[in-house]
Amino acid sequence: MALSTQLHVVTGKGGTGKTTVAAALAMSLAVKGKRVLLCEVEGRQGIAQLFDVPPLPYEERKIAVGLGGGEVYALAIDPESALLEYLAMYYRLGRAGKALDRFGIIDFATTIAPGVRDVLLTGKVYEAARRRNGSGFAYDAVIMDAPPTGRITRFLNVNAEVAGLAKVGPIRRQADSIMQMMRSDDTHVHLVTVLEEMPVQETIDGIAELQSERLPVGSVILNLVRPPLLSVGTREALEAGKLTTSKVVQSLAKASLEPAAAPALIAGGEAHLERQRLQDGQREILEGCGQPLVELPALTDGIDLGSLFDLADKLRGLV
Amino acid sequence: MTGRPQTSPSTRKGRTSPRGAPGGPAAGGLDVDALLADRTTQIIVCCGSGGVGKTTTAAALALRAAEQGRKVCVLTIDPARRLAQAMGLTELDNTPRPVKDVGADGGTLDAMMLDMKRTFDEVVEAHATPEKAQQILANPFYVALSSSFAGTQEYMAMEKLGQLHAEAVDEERRWDLIVVDTPPSRSALDFLDAPDRLASMLDGRFIKLLLAPAKGPARLLSAGFGIVTSALNKVLGAQVLTDMQTFVAAFDTLFGGFRQRAEKTYALLQAHETAFIVVAAPEPAAMREASYFVERLAGEEMPLAGLVVNRVHLNGADGISSADAESAGRKLEQGSATDKMTADLLAIHAERMRVAARESRLKRSFSAAHPGVPTASVAALAGDVHDLDGLREIGELLAGSTPPVA
Repeated sequence: MALSTQLHVVTGKGGTGKTTVAAALAMSLAVKGKRVLLCEVEGRQGIAQLFDVPPLPYEERKIAVGLGGGEVYALAIDPESALLEYLAMYYRLGRAGKALDRFGIIDFATTIAPGVRDVLLTGKVYEAARRRNGSGFAYDAVIMDAPPTGRITRFLNVNAEVAGLAKVGPIRRQADSIMQMMRSDDTHVHLVTVLEEMPVQETIDGIAELQSERLPVGSVILNLVRPPLLSVGTREALEAGKLTTSKVVQSLAKASLEPAAAPALIAGGEAHLERQRLQDGQREILEGCGQPLVELPALTDGIDLGSLFDLADKLRGLV
Repeated sequence: MTGRPQTSPSTRKGRTSPRGAPGGPAAGGLDVDALLADRTTQIIVCCGSGGVGKTTTAAALALRAAEQGRKVCVLTIDPARRLAQAMGLTELDNTPRPVKDVGADGGTLDAMMLDMKRTFDEVVEAHATPEKAQQILANPFYVALSSSFAGTQEYMAMEKLGQLHAEAVDEERRWDLIVVDTPPSRSALDFLDAPDRLASMLDGRFIKLLLAPAKGPARLLSAGFGIVTSALNKVLGAQVLTDMQTFVAAFDTLFGGFRQRAEKTYALLQAHETAFIVVAAPEPAAMREASYFVERLAGEEMPLAGLVVNRVHLNGADGISSADAESAGRKLEQGSATDKMTADLLAIHAERMRVAARESRLKRSFSAAHPGVPTASVAALAGDVHDLDGLREIGELLAGSTPPVA
């Protein structure tokens, strides 16, 4: 029985692999025997695609089990279902809920009135994280595949905005409780980045924004890191310009390979070095951000369930 | 999708096929220079999922067009800091500013970054009496709506595009091409839905309901409305409802204008002078999103010019397969110091060949599913782009006029 529910919010610039990292994080907890809810909030069905299962409904479904007896449940949160559920659960608005639908209010609230979507999405995550099961909590951890870094602070903070609008009443109470959870020690906002200039800058800015709203920043996950493929000797020879075309031509001839490829191979090696240098530079910048860093390697052949377990293993220290 | 102005199908015919001149890149290629040279192209919209290089693509296209004699304005949403600086976007005053030392043959480049709150405020100020504008700007609902809630950015990007286009076609003819970057929305085509959402908000019974008490007559309060208002009171609390009513009542006069302009912008997007460019990266998720975009644009009858795939890895050393490189590498590992170094280079080559093969599989399956969509690939550069020369290089790669590097 879970004594508390940890909330892990996984954000990152588009294309940095936050869905993969969120899934790997869920697996790493399941391997430790934990009961985990992995949810997505952007209607992309990224989790279903990653686990190769049919599109997820608005329903918590078991999608994986860990060897340690843990389980991963997945949920795709959509605002319409969340609103109807919310009205039924908290206000017992059976008939009136339908009337709201008829008057276009459900539609208004979830698609037109900006911000309400985010209130509903965070509200559902709050409900799952606070759900009781007997004497304990229903889940050990809730992991949210969250909106991108550029919007994350606004997204997590939306209930503070609501609290500013609604000065009293049930909405205000709910908004206050959600903000309290978001700012508690049980919440961790992890930022996924790749070692390139723009995403790294966005990560640094994101950390500052989160901190200024008192939202708890967790780890920074350096994803898709390219391992150095050159030995120190080769690197130094390339840097000093000592690995010449004629030398490479000779070696290629020994292996009966096309010698004309030599200049292109050397250029490829130099480009690799250049990328490694840029990567190292960005890593250095992140080392100064004050948050723990975790590195995940780039997988040349794409992601499958097996490689998710590999990544999960590397994230073990994170939670 | 009803009641929306639509252009006749004949004006759009042929736009899903390449419209480049004969002798351009091979069939199936997107001829960027022909698109930019075509004076009937007045708006280029770059859309795609987050992190695929939309802003860079938009900026590179705009710069290239300016250097080919077009008078260009580029509207960016959220450029990286150094790229913004490179384009002189240091003042955030929500108006286009000329980019210095750019342009040839009479071409010019102006750039601006969208400030959504200011755009919204300006709309309010332009379309309401001063007292009413003050009332709206001070309402807590307006403040939240205009500054912090998701979705507003899409509306405002479309609003700004409409404004820029109006300025482009007036007597001064300040611009003849507008290039737009789109916001990184959760559903990346949210901006297409903006007019529809506004329309349904206007026609919504909910708005009428909110307006009813403010306008007086209680006769609208039928049984159904009674349930609804009491439910809303229960959920929101009376004070929120009052604030909302005040806001909606104050905003009421503005709604019509919003809707009209949003529909005009939508029609503009469908028109022949617009070209959509879908931007993607050679990753499964980004290519899936690209497919979705292409289908959605076709469904909305929006003119698609083609697909740009950024950061593509190309084969460096032709003539050596990854399998050959790997087996030769193992052999050379046992040899001299130079042999070992060559083995290292072969390992890099083998990895790149594998990545290139995976990427071309992705591109092939996209073309198989969307055979009519012309595509341009932009080779991955070793570093990030943050100056005008970098943008020029991307422009060259987009136009396919230099051999692939890196």
